[in-house]
Amino acid sequence: MSAPAPLANERSRLAVAGARATVAAGLREQPRRDVWLNAVFAGLLLLAILIALAGLTALLIQAFIKGAPALSSDLFTNVPSTLNPDKAGFRPAILGSLELIAGVILFVVPVGIGAAIYLEEYADGSKWWNRAIEVNIQNLAAVPSIIYGILGLAFIVRGPLDLGFILVAGSLTLALLVLPLVIIASREAIRAVPDSIRQGSLALGATKWQTIRTQVLPASIPGIATGVILAVSRALGEAAPLLLVGATVFVTFDPTPFSEDGFSAMPVQIFQYFQRPQDEFQTLAAAGVIVMLVVLLAMNSFAIWLRNRYEQRW
Amino acid sequence: MSDGIGAGPAGELSRRLRAPSPRYGEKVIQGLLAFCGLLSVVTTTAIVLSLLGPTIGFFEIVPGDEFFFGIDWTPQFEPPSFGVLAIVAGTLNVALWAMLVAVPVGLGAAIYLSEYATPRVRKTVKPVLEILAGIPTVAIGIFAVSFLLPEIIQPLWPGDLHGGVEKPFMAGAASLGIGLMVVPIIASISDDAMSAVPRGLREGAYAMGATKMKVATRVVFPAALSGIVASVVLAISRAVGETMIVLIAGGSQPNFTLWFNEAIQAMTAYIGVTATGDISTGTVDYKSVFAVGSVLFAMTLTMNLISIRLVRKYREVYE
Repeated sequence: MSAPAPLANERSRLAVAGARATVAAGLREQPRRDVWLNAVFAGLLLLAILIALAGLTALLIQAFIKGAPALSSDLFTNVPSTLNPDKAGFRPAILGSLELIAGVILFVVPVGIGAAIYLEEYADGSKWWNRAIEVNIQNLAAVPSIIYGILGLAFIVRGPLDLGFILVAGSLTLALLVLPLVIIASREAIRAVPDSIRQGSLALGATKWQTIRTQVLPASIPGIATGVILAVSRALGEAAPLLLVGATVFVTFDPTPFSEDGFSAMPVQIFQYFQRPQDEFQTLAAAGVIVMLVVLLAMNSFAIWLRNRYEQRW
Repeated sequence: MSDGIGAGPAGELSRRLRAPSPRYGEKVIQGLLAFCGLLSVVTTTAIVLSLLGPTIGFFEIVPGDEFFFGIDWTPQFEPPSFGVLAIVAGTLNVALWAMLVAVPVGLGAAIYLSEYATPRVRKTVKPVLEILAGIPTVAIGIFAVSFLLPEIIQPLWPGDLHGGVEKPFMAGAASLGIGLMVVPIIASISDDAMSAVPRGLREGAYAMGATKMKVATRVVFPAALSGIVASVVLAISRAVGETMIVLIAGGSQPNFTLWFNEAIQAMTAYIGVTATGDISTGTVDYKSVFAVGSVLFAMTLTMNLISIRLVRKYREVYE
């Protein structure tokens, strides 16, 4: 506490002393019950966060212990086998996942960023249809993935697009699933660019699109990249919609995008190995989980690091 | 601008400011971008349409009251019975027990991060929790069956207590797995909501002599309530829509019960099991997938809209 200012007279000095004593008495007398409850409460909160972290740790440790015996480079080079678990691997599934993800990126990056630019830079937020698009995107982000599987089955594999059970159909289904995530993240990144930058650019004679292309987009790239990486890692881990669009066939060859012979993906292959009763296949499934966890955790960590590193305060 | 006598330098300026060309490129780009925005509407329309057609076909075969009020889901029997309540109960069973675990843990973590943790702890723990959100659900499902069930549930609730047999699948294992999955959703969104409560409210309460717990529970928590409720509703929506965890850990036995100790079949698991491989179009089984999908879509749509509205509300108050 700083020294009290010199006082004009004795009466105000007394008044201040009295007030100070009252406040001090009040503060010292914090009810014992409150202090005790506070400690218990803090302990419970700490317990909650420890439970969450323990769950994560247990999951990682358990996967590593179970899958370690099957970890070898054979996982990446061998094809699945129903008879021979020692020789079975994930090659078609890994290639399938990579091709699926390449398709997702090709679709989701231009369309997702385009939609975000439209909603942030062009759309008039006071018009009901633009607000409807916004609510619609937020809802789509939380529609169950299996519903996207149904969409893929009835609309892309069969129905209007009628592509058949090919890898591209699976790719398109996954792309539609993660598109809202990319749009939401890109919009937030674009919104964070201050208006003064746009106005400066327009005042120098740039057109609207030149402003967006040369000022707004470069400034929002880190946020957009974070959103895209998180979305892609979600697509990579998703199994449910792929079950419906044909990724369940037993595939022992390298998949190609337009072949009707079938395709496979990492999470689906893990699921199929895990369903076999033999212990060896369970180990194989656990080894597959390790591979996925390493890839996905690396991607997510990179995305979160990117966000924190380039988080810009204007 | 008119070419009046007084135009002079002003007219000159406006002529120079006018674009030298009509800029059709700009219009084309705007059109393309609008098309990207509209694609999301197309997606929703496509979802509704692809659900609706076969669902109507389904109700031409199966009467509505059997579907909506029946409690036996046995499509493979002869004659088949399509009482959707059996698998709705499976879904609600898992979601209910998952929330009983995830809401206290998630909210506890959120309050700790927003009110108690030092900035340093917060900066390390929050990303770790977000990483938990990125674990594929297949991995969580396998973890639920091969660790949570034998190491957590069975020791706490041994088979001797209920007939002496350890069950290989039960709703409880799937619930714990889903709980683990949605904790980061609840913790992250609730933490954002509580961190958005203005400092002044907290400082006012501290000045009145409140303890940290009182500030957290009576000031910050109520002020952030709509955001917190939104996070929980979103988590329920995720739990209801989750497929792989219930497919791996919940079993495939439609069971009209809310008791965690039973094998069940959730709506998503039914869709995932039935619609794989070469299911032929036009059969009742095929159509039933879409009827169940419609119920699922309606349930999650309702919850999502509630959650979106609540998030809006709290954003309006504190931004």
